[in-house]
Amino acid sequence: MGTLIDIRRASKRFVKGRETITIFDKLDLVIDEGDFIAVMGPSGSGKTTLLNLLGGIDRVTSGEIDFADARLDQLTESQLSGWRAANVGFIFQFYNLMPMLNAARNVELPLLLTRLGKADRERRVKTALGIVGLADRAKHFPREMSGGQQQRVAIARAIVADPRMLLCDEPTGDLDRKTADEILSMLQLLNREMGKTIIMVTHDPEAARYASRVLHLDKGRFIEQEAMA
Amino acid sequence: MSDFSIVLANLFRAELRTSLMLVAIFFAFLIFGVLAGVQNGWDNVGNTGADNRLVTTNKINFTQALPISYIDRIRAVEGVAQVTYANWFGGFYQEPRNVLVTFAVDVPTYLDIYRSDFALTPGAEAAFLANRTAMVAGAKLAEKNGWKVGDKIPLNSNIYTNKSTGKRVWDFTLVGLLEPVSEDANPDFVLFHHKYFDESVTFGQNSAGYAVLQTVDKSVNAAVSQKIDAMFANSPAETATDTEKAFSKAFASQLGNITLIILLVVGSAFVTILMIVGNTMVMAVRERTREIGVMKTLGFRDGRIFRLVLGESLLLAALGGLPALGVAALLLERIRKDVPFPGLELAPPYLALGILLMLTLGLITGLIPAWKALRLNIVTALGRQ
Repeated sequence: MGTLIDIRRASKRFVKGRETITIFDKLDLVIDEGDFIAVMGPSGSGKTTLLNLLGGIDRVTSGEIDFADARLDQLTESQLSGWRAANVGFIFQFYNLMPMLNAARNVELPLLLTRLGKADRERRVKTALGIVGLADRAKHFPREMSGGQQQRVAIARAIVADPRMLLCDEPTGDLDRKTADEILSMLQLLNREMGKTIIMVTHDPEAARYASRVLHLDKGRFIEQEAMA
Repeated sequence: MSDFSIVLANLFRAELRTSLMLVAIFFAFLIFGVLAGVQNGWDNVGNTGADNRLVTTNKINFTQALPISYIDRIRAVEGVAQVTYANWFGGFYQEPRNVLVTFAVDVPTYLDIYRSDFALTPGAEAAFLANRTAMVAGAKLAEKNGWKVGDKIPLNSNIYTNKSTGKRVWDFTLVGLLEPVSEDANPDFVLFHHKYFDESVTFGQNSAGYAVLQTVDKSVNAAVSQKIDAMFANSPAETATDTEKAFSKAFASQLGNITLIILLVVGSAFVTILMIVGNTMVMAVRERTREIGVMKTLGFRDGRIFRLVLGESLLLAALGGLPALGVAALLLERIRKDVPFPGLELAPPYLALGILLMLTLGLITGLIPAWKALRLNIVTALGRQ
């Protein structure tokens, strides 16, 4: 597998009042295609900011981020939107489904950004819901589903456009252990069977065990890398 | 699923709130539609009447009479082809609220001048001319009141007492019905003999309320007007002569500045709606900050988000406004059956104005939330900092 992401000397600073807060300073990171990485660290260590930068929803103050052939730090906002739609699937802690759309329509949302016709979109939605085991819940609204089911719909939404990378922010943070394990197994399956590169931020050491590599972040620096079995 | 489905789903996610906004918009456009119909009727006042018809009234105002002797002098003016005269009777039927537009007219000349506007049913003209207490009425008016030719009709006047009875009830025989000849004529009125009127009133004999004259051609209208008014200058009853259209407009304006009243009512309704809907839309979109952030995260571009939010307020305005205009048109049609007011309808220019107002309402109430959604930063929206 080749390199998918190459972060070189990336710095990120925020200005808050008169104070400048440095999140990262000259951070380097290489992620290969097909990796399943868990990023751990205390609150304020920069985990979420790292995920934002990798997902193209935030920009580095300085430095470079390569994703395959694209230089994320050089893309315009509009180009970044297109890049995200084509390459990234997002999974959030609180699912972030659209409450007024049923499961099928929530999953279909990213496909509205493609040139696929209605029939193709419906086929893909059906497949994605089938993968997460919710084919029979297509017409259900988020309020009619449990947290675990909602997170599965969110996973189906993340994979329906067949992105190369999945970014997961505490995907099991709101779930009980059993449901969390089901979700994590599903992510592992997507990584192993479908070759999705997964970067997952988590506080949960149990969740991190599903990853192939764990990065420990503290004060904007990787303090430890751990390869999992 | 399409963008329209998303707009629709967002609009009806809070059904009660949306329903209340729809009701508010509906009533604002219903008020607009009905008043626009009234305004259209008002616009039409003065559009009827032949181009070569002039009206001479007392210069003080049209409620002051002219001596009947003026009629022959006006007839003698060069360029005048025919002259007639009439008096406002102030008529009503049975109840004061059942007002009838009623004129005492010099029948032969009146029918001659207005032959291009309306016609009597066959045989009625001779009967009208022959019977001193005869009256004719617009066919629709007769139908509305259940009158048939040959009926004895007692009409009341809120001005004149009949000296033969000492009462304000005047007895007439309906001898014929008036049907419109020209497209814009609306003979929803009652005519009877001026001679009968003049002989029976307790005051104001030998006078005419106003004179209507037909010129040989509209090109001589101005010259004829000047001659007539000059002829009676410095007399006890000076005259003012103008076209029939201008007279109708002036008559209508006595009732007040209807356009201004309509503008104020509609304006107030719309300013209120604008504030209610605008404020609600801003709140509704603010509640969705996180969802907008998620959509942007998925790859929805700013412009598309802007269109989705703006589409919502435009759809809201259309869903509330279009049915309201439809109901207004039906209401006006219903009112037109009872009120003899030509042009009381939602004419195409006002319909277009209504649709334009809908668009404006949708744009104004949607622009601020749409702009805020467009400018929304994903990291802020998701609270990920």
